[in-house]
Amino acid sequence: MLSPNEVPLDQIDVADAELFRSDAVFGYFDRLRREDPIHYCSTNKLYGPYWSVTRFKDIVEVETKPQIFSSEARGITIEDDTLGLGTPMFIAMDPPKHGEQRMSVSPAVSPENLMNLEVGIRQRTNEVLDGLPVNQTFDWVDRVSIELTTQMLAILFGFPQEHRRMLTRWSEVGSASPESGSSVVESPEARMQELHMCLGYFTALWHQRAAAEPQPDLISMLAHAEATRDMPSRPLEFLGNLMLLIIGGNDTTRSTMSGSVLALNRNPEEYRKLCARPELVTSFVPEAIRWQTPLTHMRRTALCDTMLGGKQIRKGDRIVMWYLSGNRDPQSIERPDEFIIDRKNPRHQIAFGFGIHRCLGNRLAELQLRVLWEEALKRWNKPMQIEVVGDPVPVDTSIIFRGFSHLPVRINA
Amino acid sequence: MIKIHFVDHGGTERSVEVEDGISLMEAATQNLIPGIDGDCGGSCACATCHMHIDPEWLDRLPPIEDQENQMLDIVDLRDADSRLGCQVKVSPELDGIVVRTPIGQH
Ligand code: FES
Repeated sequence: MLSPNEVPLDQIDVADAELFRSDAVFGYFDRLRREDPIHYCSTNKLYGPYWSVTRFKDIVEVETKPQIFSSEARGITIEDDTLGLGTPMFIAMDPPKHGEQRMSVSPAVSPENLMNLEVGIRQRTNEVLDGLPVNQTFDWVDRVSIELTTQMLAILFGFPQEHRRMLTRWSEVGSASPESGSSVVESPEARMQELHMCLGYFTALWHQRAAAEPQPDLISMLAHAEATRDMPSRPLEFLGNLMLLIIGGNDTTRSTMSGSVLALNRNPEEYRKLCARPELVTSFVPEAIRWQTPLTHMRRTALCDTMLGGKQIRKGDRIVMWYLSGNRDPQSIERPDEFIIDRKNPRHQIAFGFGIHRCLGNRLAELQLRVLWEEALKRWNKPMQIEVVGDPVPVDTSIIFRGFSHLPVRINA
Repeated sequence: MIKIHFVDHGGTERSVEVEDGISLMEAATQNLIPGIDGDCGGSCACATCHMHIDPEWLDRLPPIEDQENQMLDIVDLRDADSRLGCQVKVSPELDGIVVRTPIGQH
């Protein structure tokens, strides 16, 4: 196989699941940032032609011009209409509709509400950690990452905790792409069938909440807010928004919960630092999110001819902003290839995106990770005590999410 | 040096002196004022520097440009006094300005 530096520039095609699975994609991103930061690829058979935006600053430029670079026109991932629903969810809308719908759910993750949620998150985190086996290998993804993020999601939705693993399943199904060879579902039809079950369940929940007094959960908020109260009458839009919240609130934080263990194990010096100074958890968390960058990219579509970093972009062009590359850009982040838990500005990173679509749940994600590590370090405070004992298995779903399906861990006690 | 009075969510006042020309966001983060984050570093792209300007000082500020307005549209509790701190540079004209900071950003 050719190295990233040997492939002719115009034949570089980073949108290849294989490159993501092996992390080889980093070498290509390095080269693109250096030699052709806004890069056109015309050879991709699966997705069609696309531009790669690889530098931090250029990504911010695209993100802050939603009137030129649309989320609504053709969707927000490299694949047109990823969910196959043919309908926008609010993350894939342009102003003004985007703002109205976003603001209906925003209070659920406001600083005030997060303070209220923290007690419950800590309690559930403690229960999960107390239940872990010691001196025995187990799957961190299943026992910790999935368990915690799914419980959290159930709290946010006011969803019955006893059925919470249905949320995990719907998240997997929603982000699965049977066309590009995912093993999660058999066929596009089977996928739609499961998603309709999800829709049915939530529609019932919605009617229950709509008939009751407003509560601080997401479904109640949507059911009572002016801009969204009639959403179930547009079932596909409702489903799209549910998927956004389920996948956005599940796959991403889940990936970083796993990635953070791996990052510490691969950087023992940083693990030692964290054990010696547990208060560093507040900067370790955003650094772990940068390191993992669980969402590799978002896509926009140009609404008119425009210039970007000296390149002529045509109306209708597909623009892929690679967050994973922006987060390794030495022009914006010092020593970006190093995992440093006490960075000066750890939140100056692009994993949550920027501009009007910036991740709504970013502080909730940080909160969950912070509580996890605060509580874990109270129990197991020696470096390498939470030890990765085998190869992590990356998720096979797509090039959108960067996470793990298995991570064998042993707690040495 | 320019004097700025930050009043936090709980009513506690902190007065700081900063150099002419930096932004209100930088003035806050350099002095560890609670409630102001500035994640994007001042590119008007994150809205985690949302603050409320004392009405008396509002008309001395530069007007709100499109991008700032667009970002203010996604913050909680925007009101007529809302600004993004990174878009306001301090100057001798603003010496003594009073700024209220929210409980937090997201
Ligand atoms: S610092 Fe990001 S918008 Fe002001």
